[in-house]
Amino acid sequence: MAVRQITLREAIAEAIKEEMRRDPTVFIMGEDIGKFGGSFGTTRGLYQEFGEERVRDTPISETAIIGFALGAAMGGMRPIAEIMRCDWTTICMDEIVNQVAKMRYMSGGRPEIHMVIKTNCEGGIGLGPQHSQSFEAWYCHVPGLKVVMPSNPYDGKGLLKAAIRGRNPVIYLDSVTLLSLSGPVPDEDYTVPIGKAEVKKEGKDVTFVGWGAVLVKALNAAKTLANEGIDMEVIDLRTLRPMDTDTIINSVKKTHRLVVGHEANLTCGLGAEVAARVQEQAFDYLDAPIKRVAAPDCLIPANRKLEKYVLPQEETVIAAVKSIL
Amino acid sequence: MTLTKEQLLKMYHQMVRIRIFEHSLPDFFQKGLVVGTGHVSLGEEAVAVGAMSALGEKDFTMSTHRAHGHALARGADMKIILAEVFCRATGCTGGKGGSMHIHDFDRYFFGTVGIVGGGIHTGGGLGLAAKMLKTGQVSVCFFGDGASNRGTFHEALNLASLWKVPTVYICTNNQYAMTLPLCKNCANPDIAARAAAYNMPGVSIDGLDLWTVYDTVKAAVERARRGEGPSLIVAITYRLSPEHSLRVSADPSTQYRPKGEVEEWWERHDPIKITRKKLIEMGFMDEKKAQEIEAAAKKEFDEAVEFAINSPEPAPETAFEGIYAPEEGGK
Repeated sequence: MAVRQITLREAIAEAIKEEMRRDPTVFIMGEDIGKFGGSFGTTRGLYQEFGEERVRDTPISETAIIGFALGAAMGGMRPIAEIMRCDWTTICMDEIVNQVAKMRYMSGGRPEIHMVIKTNCEGGIGLGPQHSQSFEAWYCHVPGLKVVMPSNPYDGKGLLKAAIRGRNPVIYLDSVTLLSLSGPVPDEDYTVPIGKAEVKKEGKDVTFVGWGAVLVKALNAAKTLANEGIDMEVIDLRTLRPMDTDTIINSVKKTHRLVVGHEANLTCGLGAEVAARVQEQAFDYLDAPIKRVAAPDCLIPANRKLEKYVLPQEETVIAAVKSIL
Repeated sequence: MTLTKEQLLKMYHQMVRIRIFEHSLPDFFQKGLVVGTGHVSLGEEAVAVGAMSALGEKDFTMSTHRAHGHALARGADMKIILAEVFCRATGCTGGKGGSMHIHDFDRYFFGTVGIVGGGIHTGGGLGLAAKMLKTGQVSVCFFGDGASNRGTFHEALNLASLWKVPTVYICTNNQYAMTLPLCKNCANPDIAARAAAYNMPGVSIDGLDLWTVYDTVKAAVERARRGEGPSLIVAITYRLSPEHSLRVSADPSTQYRPKGEVEEWWERHDPIKITRKKLIEMGFMDEKKAQEIEAAAKKEFDEAVEFAINSPEPAPETAFEGIYAPEEGGK
């Protein structure tokens, strides 16, 4: 199987392009996703291949983007609705939470809301308090939605394809600092199943479970810790709802220690849900308290030094691990 | 466009069906049979029936929290709708949605949202699907005067016009948003004038006149079907029911409105009375025929009540059904 090294940014554009070729009902709409190729470059080349009918630039109207996508899905299309930044999904939270997530249920299980809401999340590039957040916990709180957040190009492409082909609304989150990272992606068509975590690195001393940018930092931390004789298992959750709790529990039963990490704020972050599930299902296996790594309850400042200080880094993961060994 | 006698008698029958249904609900609410709440559309019957009669069988429709009339006018089974209002297993959502979530997918009545203004853009999205799939369908999106002040109204109409989607926006202006009168809701009470801002035709019409509603909607639907884009129609009506919604109230009063206002509208501007009188004057029906139509609607309603009351409550475990579509068998 031929494998190339491409960036997450390229992998996302490829996934959309291939799905649009495969299925004429797939289309994308959002701000600056057309000729410009997307503010974060994840839709480059689509407009040139498919034209403005299927690559629809929208006005700065987040509620209309999601509302129209919902209607289009009900009418038989498979829309990918892009909200440029996850911070601005707050503008269309009624559409996401009250309409998209509930339309099937409140219509007696009749319509299939096959649509993807694609948005860019997390910080790390100095965009400040309103352009650096990550609201995965908000979406995960809502039955009716599925939520995925890839940390590498392979998963980025495979999860997006699975989301587009699926029969339910999926929130697809790409992390801003990971878009330029390269990784192996096969030439052949593939999907990554929604709802399955992946053990990225096996280990026996402690389990780290995370997603997004922190996951990449944790993989680096695992190497540093290995040099000190600490063998850390690293699980990429990848799909946040539905959560693959079994993979986490199985790992904790082996390592007896857990650190859960994300870049979103600590309080009511999804790490708390992971910790709750583990203590409910594997309490007797734990040899230490579960440790959370997250942005502290602070806004994300623009100044790069301040931002780095607030957002969890490789050292934060290492310190958390050592605190429970 | 001349409506035939046969069409008009059918339309009058539809209006009466809605009237009997809506008029009876407050009583059933007091008896505890209507679950939660309900929003009745007394006074808006000519809009629902005039508009729905102007549509093709496969045209999409989106409604609001005040949807019973729209569903009935679209031809939905009264039994199923009432059973849903009573939240029974036999209702259109199996009792999960209740009065604010009426739909009939078999009739392309794509449902209703309980958030005021929450479906205006979704209606445009249905139009977008029709346009992209080239099905020739048109979507019709209902909302009220209150919803016209939501941001969704602005965003949806702007985008619909930019993309020339085949969508007809029908604002049923019953002159009150919750308890606040139009003059305290809209800086410019002429809601249709806003269409100019979105570069689409906008017209204000008498929403009590069945003929006017039908003709206006028909023309807008045909325009949309020709690919000429969306329109805004504002149908002026009046909230004949005392309250915005069915609620437990010590005093089901009309205190938020000037004394005598409701009585005057009932007396002089009741669309059922107006349509009935006109049809008799036109020689399309006599008093006897009118009574026959009214009796038939009453009989249908009585049967619906019987059906709904005797329908089972949904089994508790069904609460978990229908949240997600099974992924197996996807594309």
